[in-house]
Amino acid sequence: MKTGMTTTCETCPHYTSEGLKKMGVDADQADFVIALAGNPNTGKSTVFNALTGLRQHTGNWPGKTVAKAEGAFSYRGQKYKLVDLPGTYSLLSTSEDEEIARDFILFGQPTITIIVVDANRLERNLNLVLQILEITQNAILCLNLMDEAERNEIEIDVRTLSKDLGIPVIPTSARYKRGIPELLQAISEMANGQTQVQPHKIKRVPPNIEKAVNRLSKEIKKEFPGVPNSRWLAFRLLEGDPQIIQALKTGVFS
Amino acid sequence: MDKKNINHIIQLSKELRWQIGDDFHDHLTEGIYADAAQIVNDSVRLKNGKTTNRLDQKIDAIVTSKIWGFPIMFILLGLTLWLTIIGANYPSALLGHLLLDTVHPILKQGSEVIGLPFWLDGFLIDGVYLAVAWVVAVMLPPMAIFFPLFTLLEDFGYLPRVAFNLDHLFKKAGAHGKQALTMSMGFGCNAAGVVATRIIDSPRERLIAIITNNFSLCNGRWPTQILIATIFIGAVVPPLFSSLTALLAVIGIAVLGMFFMFASSWLLSKTVLKGEVSTFNLELPPYRPPRFWKTIYTSLIDRTLIVLWRAVVFAAPAGAVIWLISNIEINNLSIAFHLIQFFDDFGFLIGLNGVILLAYIVAIPANEIVIPTVLMLTVLVTGIDAGVGQGVLFELDSASATGAILREGGWTLLTAVNLMLFSLLHNPCSTTIYTIYKETNSVKWTTIATLYPILLGLAVTFLVAQFWRIF
Repeated sequence: MKTGMTTTCETCPHYTSEGLKKMGVDADQADFVIALAGNPNTGKSTVFNALTGLRQHTGNWPGKTVAKAEGAFSYRGQKYKLVDLPGTYSLLSTSEDEEIARDFILFGQPTITIIVVDANRLERNLNLVLQILEITQNAILCLNLMDEAERNEIEIDVRTLSKDLGIPVIPTSARYKRGIPELLQAISEMANGQTQVQPHKIKRVPPNIEKAVNRLSKEIKKEFPGVPNSRWLAFRLLEGDPQIIQALKTGVFS
Repeated sequence: MDKKNINHIIQLSKELRWQIGDDFHDHLTEGIYADAAQIVNDSVRLKNGKTTNRLDQKIDAIVTSKIWGFPIMFILLGLTLWLTIIGANYPSALLGHLLLDTVHPILKQGSEVIGLPFWLDGFLIDGVYLAVAWVVAVMLPPMAIFFPLFTLLEDFGYLPRVAFNLDHLFKKAGAHGKQALTMSMGFGCNAAGVVATRIIDSPRERLIAIITNNFSLCNGRWPTQILIATIFIGAVVPPLFSSLTALLAVIGIAVLGMFFMFASSWLLSKTVLKGEVSTFNLELPPYRPPRFWKTIYTSLIDRTLIVLWRAVVFAAPAGAVIWLISNIEINNLSIAFHLIQFFDDFGFLIGLNGVILLAYIVAIPANEIVIPTVLMLTVLVTGIDAGVGQGVLFELDSASATGAILREGGWTLLTAVNLMLFSLLHNPCSTTIYTIYKETNSVKWTTIATLYPILLGLAVTFLVAQFWRIF
């Protein structure tokens, strides 16, 4: 983000947060549901506050948000419900906060999942990002803490990153409200079906596992034709995840 | 929704699991990390190739070092407390003067003018209003100082370092290292600390953290500790050192609480909550300069006012109860008097008295009204004239006036020491008990978490009293 550009951008109607109405906790009858996921201490709650105008407590320690918080905003006449999920490093284990996050992305069927990552620790953060991209089609990467990355002289090629991940990537510094207008724009475009996404699928899986996953995934698709994340379900079944087995039995996905 | 027949899918997954072997999870994780490394390699560059966060590492080398880690922690704790104690005095006196000496008489006059019956006037104004006014006057200033200071440390990124320093102690105690964070939250409010235990994955370690959180001296109890330490402990030494001694006594009690927390965690993990210590990754986040005014503002609005409101909600009915038991008489003596006599022998046994025990029972909803209740009941029993009616919560202008009343009521240094111990070691307040129930969903664990600290408190005060009287 070049600060010199900001003033020019702010005058352009497409790049202002004009049309943003922070609606606090009033989340009834929203047109879209947006989930905020990400590693602990990447600024999810700060992004949440910037969009909803709420003052969800933020603090500089991992694991501060333990339950999911909900808020709302409207942008260009459409109403969005925003759900702030507890920060997690992965979706593969079973602590309470991780389950809350995973269940919401999987069963809550959010229109969009915004994945907030720390630009300074991108590699570590991508572990969760790649897992989420197995679950959902509609995701936006919010590359947060860009101010710190600049201070640390880390340069990120946003365009390449976006191409590799197959989803929009928006650099932000939520603490200083930088990048929020761009984030809103991206949310609005994706929610209204104007964005092409092709989420990255985990590639470096040994061939024998890949084969097993493919077979299982095909069977799941046969039984649940609409399900977008049969591959991830196959991963979980191979691991013997009892909750996923239960969910399949009760037909949550059909 | 239809129940799907997915048995063939489950069956297939079982067969495939046999074929691909145990390493599936590891292979998948490795695959994810390999992908991540590739992506980062293609899009992230370090200018000049220099290592980042050098300053952070320098600070961490000091604050998490074996030599300096603990002293720095205690100095920061001491400094925070000192600023709270010193800073809260003046606004507390001001608020007390306004709410108790100015507004209260006006309300009394008002009720006289509109002709309220004496019992309604007493019940509402001397009971409910005064309890609420006391809580606001005593709690608001220290909270308005303590919470922002705590939040500043939190925003700066110091809390994870505390967790890091204490980790090996928790591990030795058979508990989870993240308990350090929930313990720190408990210093503000135990109910908040109990909710914060959700960050602990293992149910066993989470229960340990919940049960022992009460040993973190909470905001409702700091004022009691500070007042008693100032009156009795500070008076033992020459005036020049009295506030320093009082401060050290309070820190001593807080550290003793941490000792009991570790000992109890160890005991629980060796008996009813046996199990392995789980490992976890603790990321030390970068230090971030806090946004000073924003932090002050939000911690005032979000924490201080919310906790204050909770205290007021609980103090109001307690004030009503105090007024009622002091004014309803059986055989010409108030219910309070009967109860105090009833508790007196047992109170003596543990180095306290009937007044203190009754005050603790009445004040279960809100720890912060213990001291005013004690004062009010003491006046009632000793019959000294402090210029107020029966069952009226009041605040005396100075610590020395308070001390005079308490000595009149038969208080000694032992009473003071044991009150400080008992204030540390007793059942959680009702909000915390309710929170524990909501978090554990278990009557059994809620009961244990409620009774364990009070039994411990009775045992400790009993032992101290016996030894004190021998020597």
